[in-house]
Amino acid sequence: MNYLIEFISNNLQLLYILILAIFIGVELIKNVPSVLHTPLMSGANALSGVVIVGALLVMLQANPEDYLALALGFVAVVLGIINVVGGFAVTDRMLQMFKKKK
Amino acid sequence: MSIILSIIYLIATVTFVFGLKMLGHPETAKKGNLISAVGMVIAIIGTIFFHDFEVPLINYLLIGSALLVGTIIGWLIAVKVEMTKMPELVSLFNGFGGGSALLIGLVEFGKNVGVEDSMKLSSSIITTILAAIIIGSITFTGSLIAWAKLNGSMNDIRLPKYNLINNVFFLGLIVFGTYIVMQGADSFVLIYLLLFAALAYGVLFVIPIGGADMPVVISLLNSLTGIAAAITGILYGNMVMLVGGILVGSAGLILTFVMCNAMNRSLSNVIFGAFGGDSATGAVSAGKTGGTIKKTTASDSAILLNYANKVVIVPGYGLAVAQAQHIIHELELLLIKKGVDVSYAIHPVAGRMPGHMNVLLAESKVDYDKLIEMDDINPQFPNTDVVLVVGANDVVNPAAHNDPSSPIYGMPILDVENARHIIVNKRSMNAGYAGIENELFFNQKTSMLFGDAKSALTELVSELRNM
Repeated sequence: MNYLIEFISNNLQLLYILILAIFIGVELIKNVPSVLHTPLMSGANALSGVVIVGALLVMLQANPEDYLALALGFVAVVLGIINVVGGFAVTDRMLQMFKKKK
Repeated sequence: MSIILSIIYLIATVTFVFGLKMLGHPETAKKGNLISAVGMVIAIIGTIFFHDFEVPLINYLLIGSALLVGTIIGWLIAVKVEMTKMPELVSLFNGFGGGSALLIGLVEFGKNVGVEDSMKLSSSIITTILAAIIIGSITFTGSLIAWAKLNGSMNDIRLPKYNLINNVFFLGLIVFGTYIVMQGADSFVLIYLLLFAALAYGVLFVIPIGGADMPVVISLLNSLTGIAAAITGILYGNMVMLVGGILVGSAGLILTFVMCNAMNRSLSNVIFGAFGGDSATGAVSAGKTGGTIKKTTASDSAILLNYANKVVIVPGYGLAVAQAQHIIHELELLLIKKGVDVSYAIHPVAGRMPGHMNVLLAESKVDYDKLIEMDDINPQFPNTDVVLVVGANDVVNPAAHNDPSSPIYGMPILDVENARHIIVNKRSMNAGYAGIENELFFNQKTSMLFGDAKSALTELVSELRNM
């Protein structure tokens, strides 16, 4: 219990942002027509590739002698950037096919 | 962190919110996707150039080559993939995101092993790291299994009492994680044990879920990847990761519920009550099926279509599997040339993912205005001369209206039985994904055109040409 209180008091600002961001996410998606569900899922998937920033931070801070950290970080960057590039590119390809309403 | 980097992250976060908002409207979706992509690129470049660590050259070289390799792979997969393979691709990319999160967790955990007590990380940070590893691992293997299933390279496997096993397994993971935090998180052996357990859980979680429910699972896993990204964001106190991750987390979760609603299922029913299992077999016998079906030929169907005023096409997954989206467009154009009013009725869950059918038809250049959503097309069926159902089954099953014992009872469907004639193209009399009989096929107004969608439609087109 103490541990939970310590966590909350240390991260109060983060928690505010977290909760507000949850509401934004819900509001943004609530009324999307089903036509767009597939591209939306794909676009959101590309956004979750933001984890790449963490992978970059790992690589930037890694000690060059620490081969394990470098190797894991390297793979993390590769996987993350595939998620980002592939995700955005494929979403774009999908949306390309929707013709505008006249 | 330098102030420039903070501002860059702020801008990136705003582009994510705008991008997601714009993705929700057909007219702005493409631009929205580009805006978030630009935000992501500046966040990545900013992180590399405006950090304030002392970074050896070798690290930069490794980062550069990793980015290059990943960009090429991601790009190649994205431009090469066929549109029918879209759902599994999203799943695959999603798994990669989860894999990235779990690796970050592993490296951060390593910083706590074998260091002096004064250098130890606090238990709240350890908890965050473990959460990133567990969630990242579950999405990694879970998404890969979903990918394999949609690919057709893996069947549903249901261990006896899989629900019980999975739930106990999950509780075990939590208890084990708590133990590692209590113990002081000083052991590589324990963390790798936890890693393998979490990876195994991801497999067990997805393996019993039926292929038709995979989109819901992918959406859920997508949401989890977002949460994993947000957790790593907390770890680094990094706002763009936190907000970006949470946006995906909550948006993905809402999308999951929207999809479940469209199928009239609850999320727990999707995850715990594998469809086509016990409950559905009971319903087959309960359904008032039987009677005779009326077979028809391509030439008879062509005559029927030729003299119709209004034709509605109902495409289903069978159309996608047979890659018949181009030939159906040809049929549509031919009928329009003969003065027939043609439109497509799109059920919200037609295809393998909600909206998947729209993407497929858009690919074969079907006019966007011809795709009519369920609520708008249903009142038009009584004035429709011929409905052509291609590879769709459960979404046109009247049992959803009039058989309370049916597993799909209450699901909104396309009311095609109100039309004057119904032509159903199917490969065989096999039941649909829900594993239930369809009384529509026994309707007096229905004629069955058996055969693979592509060859049946090709025949239909050539018959029509000759008229």
